[in-house]
Amino acid sequence: MGERLVSFGSQIISLTIEHLELVAFSIFVAALIAIPAAILMTRRATLRRGLMGLANVVQTVPSLALFGFLLPLPFIGGIGKHTAIIALCLYAILPILRNTLVGILGVDAAVRESAVAMGMTPAQILRQVELPLALPAILAGLRIATVTTIGTATIAAAIGAGGLGVFIFQGIASVDSAMILAGAVPAAAMAVVADEGLEWIEKRWSSA
Amino acid sequence: MEVRNLSHRIGERWVLNNISLTVCAGETVVLLGRSGCGKTTLLKCINRLIDPTQGEILFNGRSTPEWDLFRMRRQIGYVIQDTGLFPHWTVAANAGLVPRLENWGAEAIQKRVNLLLEAVGLAPAEYAARYPRQLSGGQKQRVGIARALAADPPLLLMDEPFAALDPITRFELQKHFRALRTTMQKAALFVTHDVREALMLATRIVLLKDGSIDLVATPGNFLSGTTDEARAFLASLEEGWGSAS
Repeated sequence: MGERLVSFGSQIISLTIEHLELVAFSIFVAALIAIPAAILMTRRATLRRGLMGLANVVQTVPSLALFGFLLPLPFIGGIGKHTAIIALCLYAILPILRNTLVGILGVDAAVRESAVAMGMTPAQILRQVELPLALPAILAGLRIATVTTIGTATIAAAIGAGGLGVFIFQGIASVDSAMILAGAVPAAAMAVVADEGLEWIEKRWSSA
Repeated sequence: MEVRNLSHRIGERWVLNNISLTVCAGETVVLLGRSGCGKTTLLKCINRLIDPTQGEILFNGRSTPEWDLFRMRRQIGYVIQDTGLFPHWTVAANAGLVPRLENWGAEAIQKRVNLLLEAVGLAPAEYAARYPRQLSGGQKQRVGIARALAADPPLLLMDEPFAALDPITRFELQKHFRALRTTMQKAALFVTHDVREALMLATRIVLLKDGSIDLVATPGNFLSGTTDEARAFLASLEEGWGSAS
């Protein structure tokens, strides 16, 4: 079985890279949407309730079903990477959104009041006070999103997006556990490395 | 700074009722009153953390809504009980905030910060690079005062700045503040519920009761104050001394 795993060698590397690309791109886009949305949500309570509800609903849709729902849609749907990225993004948004929101709303009321009373503008308060103080929470949100996306991205192979899921689906179809492991082990390793690495960054930033 | 016929309503309740008072340079007016009497609300109306329902506040002769909001706040020092220091900034960065907002040069800011840390009794060499979490409660409050004084504002607003400190540290800071005030000639409006603090620091005491001014007196005259509320505060003072001796 070890020999067979080695024979997958070059393919493991190329699929791992493909997998990484899927995850990195999805997290990047999700952060680009979730962080500004969370900032807006800290300013308006009604928006907060509405968007948080929506994000929660998206999270409850089973991932395989979400990929299925997206397939027949014009422009955003269809077989391929872009559909997978949209679905992965939708899942990654919630943890980033929630943590950014909690991080900013968690800034000590006395600190915020001082910032206002000292004559800081809302933009200055956001950039110099709220975001730096919320940074550890935001990083934690990115970490959770990244680790879960690495797992969910294996399912993206079902709609032709590639990645390590290719091995897993082929292995299941041909009842070949070595092939399943060739997809599962690198995916798990990637998740562990991402978790540890991002946690390290998180600790460094929050102790500064 | 002058407050004219100020009233403020929250829901159905008038928390401030037709307040008028003036604070001049070199003066420390102490707003004394029980919790919930509206003294903090009054303070927050002045730098427009709260916009009052009725009445007018003049700062340097101009009505506060006519001022550019941010420029005005930068000319009003503000010190609160919880200090509200920025935990991710050093002592020097905290104290230099307002000069930085006002785009002073780096050198001028550093000079000013050192001067002020010196003035509040914190040696810059030892404390400038520390973070707020590395300070005691009294030291944090000293930084809070330095931050409020940084851009040399003509007016200081202080909301029970020493209330959370232990009695010895509180007494030290009160003495220090009294000395600073004499050298700096600021107008200060100081909120407290501690009658001893009021007597020690005030040039004038304004006693608030249920959102209205109950009595205005110098500390000397306050001791013979005849309103019920003044008597109640004086009784607490005598009781306190009686049990201490």
